[in-house]
Amino acid sequence: MNVVVRAAVTAAVLALATNALATNALAAETPKRGGTLTYMIPSDAPPSLDGHRETTYATIHTAAPFYSVLIRINPDNPSSTTDFVCDLCTELPKPTDGGKTYTFKIRDGVKFHDGTPLTAYDVGKSWQEIIFPDEGILSPRQANFMMVDKVEAPDASTVVFRLKYPTSAFLPALADPFAWIYEKAILDKDPHWYEKNVMGSGPFKFKSYETGQSIEGVRNPDYYHSGQPYLDGFKGVFASKQATRIDALRADRAAIEFRGFPPSARDQLKGELGDKIAVQESDWNCGSVITINETKKPFDDVRVRRALTLAIDRWHGVPALSKIADVHTVGSIVFPGDPLAPTKEELQTIAGFSPDIEKSRAEAKRLLKEAGQENLSFEMLNRDVDQPYKYVGIWAVDEWSKIGVKVTQRVMPTGPWFEAERTGNFTVDLQANCHAVVNPLIDTQPYLPTSVSEQNYGRYEDPAEMDLYNKALHETDPKAQHAAMFAFAKHVMDTQAHKIMMAWWYRIVPYRAYVKGWKISPSHYINQDLAGIWLDQ
Amino acid sequence: MHRYIVNRILLVFPTLLGAAALVFILMRLIPGDICLVRLGSGGTSFTASALAACHAEIGIDEPWWLQFVHFIWGMATFDFGTSMWSGKPVVQEIATRFPVSLEVAIVATIIAVLLAIPLGTISALKQNTWIDLVVRTFSIAGIATPSFWLGIMSILFVLDLTQAISGHPWMPSIDYVPLWKDPIRNLSIIMLPAITVGYRYCAVSMRMTRSAMLEVLREDYIRTARAKGLLEKIIINRHALKNALLPVVTVIGLEFAFLIGGLVVTEQVFNLNGIGRLMVLSVQNQDYTLTQALVMLVVTIAVLSNLVVDMLYAWLDPRISLK
Amino acid sequence: MTDIAPTPQAAAALTDDSYVAPRGLWATTTRFLRRQPVGTIGIVIVTIFGLCGLFADIISPYNPTANDFAAMTEAPSWVHWLGTDQLGRDILSRILYGARTAFIVGITSAVVGGFSGLVLGVGSAYFGGRIDLFLQRVNDIIMSFPLIIMALAVVSIFGTGVHNVIVAITIPLIPRCQRVVRSSALAIRTVPYVDAARALGYSHSRIIMAHMVPNVVAPFLIMLTSFVGQAILAEASLSYLGLGVQEPVPAWGLMLQGGAEEYASTAPWIAVFPGLAIMLTVFGINLFGDALRDVLDPKLRER
Repeated sequence: MNVVVRAAVTAAVLALATNALATNALAAETPKRGGTLTYMIPSDAPPSLDGHRETTYATIHTAAPFYSVLIRINPDNPSSTTDFVCDLCTELPKPTDGGKTYTFKIRDGVKFHDGTPLTAYDVGKSWQEIIFPDEGILSPRQANFMMVDKVEAPDASTVVFRLKYPTSAFLPALADPFAWIYEKAILDKDPHWYEKNVMGSGPFKFKSYETGQSIEGVRNPDYYHSGQPYLDGFKGVFASKQATRIDALRADRAAIEFRGFPPSARDQLKGELGDKIAVQESDWNCGSVITINETKKPFDDVRVRRALTLAIDRWHGVPALSKIADVHTVGSIVFPGDPLAPTKEELQTIAGFSPDIEKSRAEAKRLLKEAGQENLSFEMLNRDVDQPYKYVGIWAVDEWSKIGVKVTQRVMPTGPWFEAERTGNFTVDLQANCHAVVNPLIDTQPYLPTSVSEQNYGRYEDPAEMDLYNKALHETDPKAQHAAMFAFAKHVMDTQAHKIMMAWWYRIVPYRAYVKGWKISPSHYINQDLAGIWLDQ
Repeated sequence: MHRYIVNRILLVFPTLLGAAALVFILMRLIPGDICLVRLGSGGTSFTASALAACHAEIGIDEPWWLQFVHFIWGMATFDFGTSMWSGKPVVQEIATRFPVSLEVAIVATIIAVLLAIPLGTISALKQNTWIDLVVRTFSIAGIATPSFWLGIMSILFVLDLTQAISGHPWMPSIDYVPLWKDPIRNLSIIMLPAITVGYRYCAVSMRMTRSAMLEVLREDYIRTARAKGLLEKIIINRHALKNALLPVVTVIGLEFAFLIGGLVVTEQVFNLNGIGRLMVLSVQNQDYTLTQALVMLVVTIAVLSNLVVDMLYAWLDPRISLK
Repeated sequence: MTDIAPTPQAAAALTDDSYVAPRGLWATTTRFLRRQPVGTIGIVIVTIFGLCGLFADIISPYNPTANDFAAMTEAPSWVHWLGTDQLGRDILSRILYGARTAFIVGITSAVVGGFSGLVLGVGSAYFGGRIDLFLQRVNDIIMSFPLIIMALAVVSIFGTGVHNVIVAITIPLIPRCQRVVRSSALAIRTVPYVDAARALGYSHSRIIMAHMVPNVVAPFLIMLTSFVGQAILAEASLSYLGLGVQEPVPAWGLMLQGGAEEYASTAPWIAVFPGLAIMLTVFGINLFGDALRDVLDPKLRER
């Protein structure tokens, strides 16, 4: 029950946070048919077009329009975190068997693009491959489905998920934007077929793919959501360089890029093109957070860690940074705006979040002196990505210099960066914690002690932290759960200062105003099948 | 002479083998591997079991020496394998990108040669006049300008100019089409990068033309020709230019080989899907097979153009082979 | 690089008998300034930037790494002569300090690369035989190897930073220098007086220092000059690809990366001034290099 309440409030808050501009436009106009949408994909070619095995948004932005999923976030209300609707099923089932069995009825008359009817067997097989992959099949999100015991397709129109235990985490996991439904006959023949080929039942049919350059799709006339898609086709063009994408929007070579731009791009395009550019903005379910390797001295000393977080002037720094980097909101380890997130008053009691920065810095200097680390200097590991890693990095280095701590940055390309994290070859590391669907209890798992969460590169054990987390996890009363979550957050950010929260990211999507029917969400992974998009030209 | 040629050709092989060993070692010294990049580049977290499955699938658990043997044997038998990133044949990956880079390189060369030879010649003939000064300034500036900066500025210039004139900013199409499919669109895409690259290239060749011309003009036979009262035009065209061209052609040839591998920055600026960008990507993705094949391609082109230049010299200047 | 390196003819010319008698340093300098007005302009440009880098602490109006969120992307004014970047840092101060980085990278790479090439080139020519054959193959490998892969690998292995950038830039300079030095040195090796010196039992080092090194000094100096400019340009390109010096170190190439491109149309001063600084400096170095060549290369000297 509490999860639903919490999520409903989340949805309301998020809807407010989301720019109202486009929301109004949608309600007022009837979609027009026709035209081709050209959009930019802000990356190089993804390794493959197989959603079941990849983790990058590049795969989603390239191939999501070709596929159907079982359930998804409501495309008309994507900023919600609980408004799940059916795509291939006929209605969201009520769980039976004490919350352990979900029985989905599959739509009639859905066809793959090759004409083969789509049945529950295809759905069952696809999910089987995701949750229980065969030997040698890569399924990186397998762990999200640890609650699932069995997937069955007893007949051509029914799919049954049997869980090991009832949990509210199941439906959000099932709405995974990568969980495309594949054709069983093809998977049976060659489980790797989908890496290099496309065969779905989504709103668009595959037309062509130039590796590293572009993807093209044409309207699927047999699509099962009536009237959709509105476009005749689409063309996605890869461009990993931001300047190219902005130039393309400016010259109308492309109409939109779905991931998000820094504020400078929004201001530039608005300034140059005025009303021809529309903008949607939303808090992004990605936080910039600094992890401290507690096996390295002197960072095993909590005084040193607290001094580092006390030095950061978030209330002044983040708004300023938000003018140049895609960060926006000061927050705790919980997605801001979520009912579980601390209020501003609560937040300001956490070390480094006090409005009185001079006092915080004096305290930081005192702590360093006490720990005998007045001349602390270290190297911060950072990732070779401009937005927002490098900006946040520059900011942090400058803030630390104000308490006399000298910091240099070691910026690494993605592969070596992960390797340094995994092998503990760093002292302090600027990371990002990104998730598709907002779900604070799951999203904060990377902050749990290393023996519980292998993604926590802080390398510490902290039983007290686990107790606080479990309390929040099992609490059912919304108020008490909020308090428990705050106690957990305060422990991680202040008492033990395991993590230094810097800022939450901000998604800014400026686009040609003639693009209609698309709504922003807190994640660039969801709502990308383009079925509802139309061109007002 | 024959012995020189045979020796020279045989020397190609140790170079290729050495380059192969170098790229093989360098790639494996980079911390991390392709699976980390693949699973982590989206920004979301992943589990150790997913990583293990990826490792097993790609098969980078083989011992180093065995991987090296496979690599060399593959090169020797023209079997370049498949890209670890995309799973597609390396030949296919390269073939998709090669025409773009080749076209930019060729157009840049044409621009460079068309400008460099006349300007360099005039500059030499009018040594120390204002013409010479202007041409030399132009060429030194070409060498001094970072080409990516020139690229960025030229894209912006076109956008701002078109916006100022027509109110609608214009830029060339963002996706490449081959020349034979749509020549106008193709050239509109290729032109700016070719000019950006061609400027530096032109500057280098122009300086070479000038100094080679200056040298030739002082040779005795030119003086003799002048003394005989031959027309200046004939002297320049028939005698001087012809003899000065050898080092110029050498520079053009060597620079061309350099261009193919050196388009990296330009392809980034102009978002061209060429082999320069593919090379950066394949290193960043830690795609061993693709990087190795690309490096061997670039090295082979460089080594072969060196070979051709040396052969040319040997043929034109028999003293070399006597050494 | 091919544009500066003497052609085979020119290299041969350097070894002919037109030996320039040594003059005093002052006399040489004044003569150079008088005869080479264009080269003098180059020297002036380079000196100005050099002094800027040297005295950046004193003349910079602001701290080059201090963010000022109250003054982001401000246009040039009396307060900030060249404007501020997106983090509110004073561009003039960053360019002044950037000159220091540029010369550190440029000169270190050129000197280390040049002298390594000199030693290897002379050694290779003097000892000949297998050593020469081996070194030449290593040369071929590095010269044909794509520089970008080398730089990417160096940065991926060691991380970014000034010293790693210098390593990445220096490695490809060595064989280029080595090759030119070797061909100049080879020409002298067969000259009778070297044979005579050997027959007289002089030590290797004495023969090398007394006879071979002086003979290769001219092409070596020309090359060294051009290396400085090339290294500065290479640093810029590497920084543009994200492989160069790292924030917040003030460096020209770095100033052109990321933010500069992002703001190129709304705040062009962020991209224009560092680009001009690079261009002018390298321009000056090349002007000087050209003049130096005219002076040192007798074939090209005006008659």
